[in-house]
Amino acid sequence: MNGIQVDMKALKTGEVNLGTSIMAVTFDGGVILGADSRTTTGAFIANRVTDKLTQVHDTIWCCRSGSAADTQAVADIVQYHLQMYTVLNAEAPSTRVAAAVFQELCYANKDMLTAGIICAGYDNQYGGEVYSIPLGGSMHKQDYAIAGSGSTYIYGFCNTQYKPNMTKEDTIKFIKSALTEAIKWDGSSGGVIRMVVLTKDGVERLIFYPDDYQKD
Amino acid sequence: MTSIGTGYDLSNSVFSPDGRNFQVEYASKAVEADGTAIGIKCKDGVVLAVEKIVSSKLLVPGANKKIQTIDKHIGVAYSGLTPDGRHFVSQGRSEAYSWRGTYKVPISVTSMTDRLAGYVQAYTLYNSVRPFGISAIVGGVDQSGPHLFTIEPSGAYWGYLGAATGKGRQAAKSELEKLDLPNISAKDAVKAAAKIIYAAHDDSKDKDFELEISWVSISETKGVHEFVPKELLEEAERLAKEEDEDEEMEED
Repeated sequence: MNGIQVDMKALKTGEVNLGTSIMAVTFDGGVILGADSRTTTGAFIANRVTDKLTQVHDTIWCCRSGSAADTQAVADIVQYHLQMYTVLNAEAPSTRVAAAVFQELCYANKDMLTAGIICAGYDNQYGGEVYSIPLGGSMHKQDYAIAGSGSTYIYGFCNTQYKPNMTKEDTIKFIKSALTEAIKWDGSSGGVIRMVVLTKDGVERLIFYPDDYQKD
Repeated sequence: MTSIGTGYDLSNSVFSPDGRNFQVEYASKAVEADGTAIGIKCKDGVVLAVEKIVSSKLLVPGANKKIQTIDKHIGVAYSGLTPDGRHFVSQGRSEAYSWRGTYKVPISVTSMTDRLAGYVQAYTLYNSVRPFGISAIVGGVDQSGPHLFTIEPSGAYWGYLGAATGKGRQAAKSELEKLDLPNISAKDAVKAAAKIIYAAHDDSKDKDFELEISWVSISETKGVHEFVPKELLEEAERLAKEEDEDEEMEED
């Protein structure tokens, strides 16, 4: 296993899987998260409009891949920790702190979890930031991150197409075309493309339907 | 028994009829009996200084430091009972370590002060313990800039531009008020700190003392708490002595 892909064999029979294409990209004014919307139980599509982009603080979100149950549980616990952090310290946590909480949970419980998470957020001090937390529970700060089973098909594409400090419009276009390819080649990814834009102005949600992104 | 009453001062967690906790007030007396400690908030950092009373000629000069580091970026100076201060610092180090374990980033000075003050406050609540006999000055630099706090034996904490505790605190405070805080540079604050400790020192009560000065500054120490370099300490001390002698001449 290469640590990026979700290990399908690690799932229990019948467990709901996020065979996924997810990514998060920093840009000029912040960060954008993107994901497909397919949830599978074996060959069956359990949900074709899943929301894999989950809020853990005002402008700190995560992309979830792996077991739906595990990643929902982890995201819930992180959300609780960040809420407590905000109250106890009278200030919002940085994206790095949020990623560290994810990492600690994923590392300490690595034997029980199938969770590949990308944590991304915006704050006034550091701007947009992306942290990748793959299967073993390590933490990697990156300019952009891709993960999930579909991501393997777009490593080359992203490597050539990503440019630092893109505009918001260019970043949306980049994520849309990358996820379109991932969805096209990966049988476990599909449905709509969801995005969340995190900037100084707060949160903006986007959705792109197959009819739209497939024609590009 | 009068209303201020006797018998209300023997235990923690017992109020006097007019709402005072005498054990906490007695702890403040232990603070007032010890050497002066000051803290200065400057442009990009904090300077801490103490007047360390040398109680015996046999003590190793320069050893037995009174200013300590809690985390890389946070320093503490205190007046009062030294063992209480040592325990206080050790608690602070545990908090800093535990924070780094959880969040993988250094603790902010404000959060550290809040936790330490909470710890000190707990020692005013129970029958089986006594309050901390120290007033601590906590200073450091974090992501949001320089911070300076004092923590009292009651557990109360306050943010300051210039702070002083111990024997000479009154004199020190009036000297601190004359400074342009927090716009002073770290180097100037070191020199000012030396002068203030010398001005607050009472020669008639204690003959010998050692001057300890530490700083945390973005420009001078890259945000790390450390003792000031030997040359700077010596220069600051020389200037302080000159001024001190001049004033004594005027008084004569």
